[in-house]
Amino acid sequence: MSENNGMSDTTLISETEIPEPVAITAELIAEHGLSDDEYKHLLEIIGREPSSTELGIFSVMWSEHCSYKSSRFHLKKLPVDGPQVIQGPGENAGVVDLGDGQAAIFKMESHNHPSYIEPFQGAATGVGGIMRDVFTMGARPVANLNALRFGAPDHPKTSHLVNGVVAGIAAYGNCMGVPTVGGETNFDKRYDQNILVNAMCIGLADTDKIFYSAAKGVGLPVVYVGSKTGRDGIHGATMASAEFDEQTDEKRPTVQVGDPFAEKLLLEACLELMSSDAIIAIQDMGAAGLTSSSVEMADKGGVGFTMNLDHVPQRETGMTAYEMMLSESQERMLMVLKPGSEASAKAIFDKWDLDFAVVGETTDTGRLIVHHKGVIEANLPVATLADSAPEYQRPFVKTPKPDAISPSDVPATDDVLGTLKTLMSGPHLCSRRWIYEQYDHMVMGDTVQRPGGDAAVVRVHGTKKGLASATDVTPRYCYADPYEGGKQAVVETWRNLTAVGASPLAITNCLNFGNPTREEIMGQFVGCLEGMGDACRALDYPIVSGNVSLYNETNGIGIPPTPAIGGIGLIDDISTQATVALRDEGDVLIVIGETTGHVGQSIYQELQTGDFNGAPPAVDLELERKHGDMIRSLIIEGRLKAVHDTSDGGLLVAVAEMCLAGKIGVKLDDISGDIPAGSFWFGEDQARYVVSVNPGDSEALLAELSDKGIPAYQIGVVTGNEITIESHGSLPLEQLSAEFEAYLPNLLA
Amino acid sequence: MRSSVIVFPASNCDRDASVALEKITGSKPSLVWHAESTVPESDLIVLPGGFSFGDYLRSGAMAAQSPIMKDVITKAKTGVPVLGICNGFQVLVESELLPGALMRNRDIKFLCKDVLLKVERNDTIFTSQYDQGEIITIPIAHHDGNYFASPETLKELEGDGRVAFRYVDDAGNASADANPNGSQNNIAGIYNKDMKVLGLMPHPERLISQELGGTDGLGLFESLVEALH
Repeated sequence: MSENNGMSDTTLISETEIPEPVAITAELIAEHGLSDDEYKHLLEIIGREPSSTELGIFSVMWSEHCSYKSSRFHLKKLPVDGPQVIQGPGENAGVVDLGDGQAAIFKMESHNHPSYIEPFQGAATGVGGIMRDVFTMGARPVANLNALRFGAPDHPKTSHLVNGVVAGIAAYGNCMGVPTVGGETNFDKRYDQNILVNAMCIGLADTDKIFYSAAKGVGLPVVYVGSKTGRDGIHGATMASAEFDEQTDEKRPTVQVGDPFAEKLLLEACLELMSSDAIIAIQDMGAAGLTSSSVEMADKGGVGFTMNLDHVPQRETGMTAYEMMLSESQERMLMVLKPGSEASAKAIFDKWDLDFAVVGETTDTGRLIVHHKGVIEANLPVATLADSAPEYQRPFVKTPKPDAISPSDVPATDDVLGTLKTLMSGPHLCSRRWIYEQYDHMVMGDTVQRPGGDAAVVRVHGTKKGLASATDVTPRYCYADPYEGGKQAVVETWRNLTAVGASPLAITNCLNFGNPTREEIMGQFVGCLEGMGDACRALDYPIVSGNVSLYNETNGIGIPPTPAIGGIGLIDDISTQATVALRDEGDVLIVIGETTGHVGQSIYQELQTGDFNGAPPAVDLELERKHGDMIRSLIIEGRLKAVHDTSDGGLLVAVAEMCLAGKIGVKLDDISGDIPAGSFWFGEDQARYVVSVNPGDSEALLAELSDKGIPAYQIGVVTGNEITIESHGSLPLEQLSAEFEAYLPNLLA
Repeated sequence: MRSSVIVFPASNCDRDASVALEKITGSKPSLVWHAESTVPESDLIVLPGGFSFGDYLRSGAMAAQSPIMKDVITKAKTGVPVLGICNGFQVLVESELLPGALMRNRDIKFLCKDVLLKVERNDTIFTSQYDQGEIITIPIAHHDGNYFASPETLKELEGDGRVAFRYVDDAGNASADANPNGSQNNIAGIYNKDMKVLGLMPHPERLISQELGGTDGLGLFESLVEALH
């Protein structure tokens, strides 16, 4: 250990020694993404001019990405508590109780900016980063999901970006041996210049073996493990906190390069070390690398860190302290160990061929002191660094409420089944098989509900319990009405979990928006958060982790507001889980919830009019809860043979998806009544589910639902190999299936 | 039945293989780290799926040089049965216990899905519990599963009946459409000369219960129990 122990030469440094200041210019400040006011604030805090390394440290700590300076004020209003919550926002990931001494640890995070610049590595390192957040806390990752938004299908860059992002996610997740089980993909021209890559990871841990980042105690070794540090990703966090412009392609060197092999070794080594009691605190080095991890660990532990960068394992020669503190090289962790455990810990990392170096120690000075080649490069107060980031209450204007569109305002289709085929063979609703078949979704041997259904389900290893997960948001709803859209995003994950029979537990989120210094963008942000908060409260479905990605904007044009929600739920006994697949000839199809033919912001409206307009469907939280709770109890009682929530594309698309999954047809009654048939079948009213039941069970079920005041209508029977609607003709399933499956392979080949 | 599962750095189906072996044989296999020099006394050695050494250089190439492989090769040559699944098949090929090579999939993409396989013969220790010519569903999950061998080797494999499984359509035809990765002769798995070493790209350990979507993988492990108990 002696050659690695940097204590002898760092403990002598006086806390009053200050580093050499850098020659400050306006350009230098601007290059670091700091405003003039922020720089003045910095000077006040430290009472002198900063060194180059210190300027870099402030730059990343105060970046939007790390400091949440525009969003923090509003995030504080979100509900984060519940009896199931073990750890809410503020740690590497959120933790919820699964009972029986086990917990789910999960989070979603964006990697938008890097994925546009370099799709394969950007997406791959996004997946790597979110898995580290989860196993840092002691959990073995058991499921990955991803929420992806791309530009218009015919945009010249779309195919390249989709191919790169999907291959990057696959390369990282597949090598790690963690199944990628679910997610969502949207195409919309407003993402042409700003794609979104949001990666979610769920891990399992024992509740008495959860690890946190607070470095409590003085004189403890600070240990660096994992891959070596290089010059990659310097200023990644700052890059992710700015808009794109014509020079975006020049930012490629700020994208990190992933090594999933190293991360797989790091995962196994960390879990092996965690089975001992050597670790006091651990934090992954993600955005802002060594800077962010050391400041957070020291601040939460109420201590100082003295570090000697001479001992940091380096991939390149001649690296400066500035570069090492700001590098975002991947697959690295910072740990604080119990004194005396260094040798046994090092043996584990040696076995896995990973670097292990004591790079500093905790102190009672409350200062982050960075030492390199005999010179002090930074000497800053930890608590101030952690807490002094600006917090802005940016001005905002609320999005004006759009007008309602009546079912008859959209030109009616005269060919309902032809429209169905068009919708399901287009970008919004076609099969995502081309994507999920590139992900190993079965490794670990616990995937009991594969991609393609409402929610993915992985068995809690060695038990009969199931962990259900889904990601959702409907950005066009959020754009038209941020409040209703925010509600709907939360509710749709809740419905998807409910539809497989899971009890929803909690959510994580990725809040993707444009430039928060524009009042209308800030208005979208505030509106979406209000909607999300109300939905979470109404459903007892708190937010336990998440991240914010702002400045998803190019040349002044922002993305539609996209608060992606990732929800998880628990199934007590997976033998009761429901799927979307219709089963037997003669089963009766029932729709639960009211159909009014809401066409505003529907995919049908876009098909018929060329655009999305008007108000999105309103979300009645009380109804959602009532209908969902009923569906869940029916599933658990084993009374439903197939269940699907209705969302994009409405009722007929939901039924068609059930047919395709079950490879069996349906005969539907013409029950549209006064509503134009197209608006009836493709309207996107909320709080609805389609279920199938044994023919003998339908009458009793309808009566029971009626007694409870839940609207339910028999809409047809399961039969044959066609979708038939009374007085609207038939569509052979084989034909629908072929076109449903063909769209993405044709687009992306 | 005593079995050993070799664990290379970044093997990731070692647990899946162990779970399947324990479920079906009733006893827990030994997990053997690649840096060891000896495999414990075993009736079966399993090289599991995954990304040994990150698939760097070539899939299976680095693992084939691991210290443990010397003993695996020695034991295989004395007739200890060896099963290589997915990455394990790649390691078997790279260590020349099996002939040929596994190249990048025809469509260049990683592919994870259920495929149909035809059991070419049921008189081996790996297949006795299947019917001759039975069509079974087993998932694949690989990037490099495109089997290639010289014309002479192919002729020998076919002539000796050493093709274990073939990708087929639901009528049992080894058609081009049923071939997920471009493998020659739709080959999904092969035996060595004494039929005691089997390498296959599909993952039988992934379909061993209805909850996971099917039970067609059970037969392979039950055959081994029958032969080696």
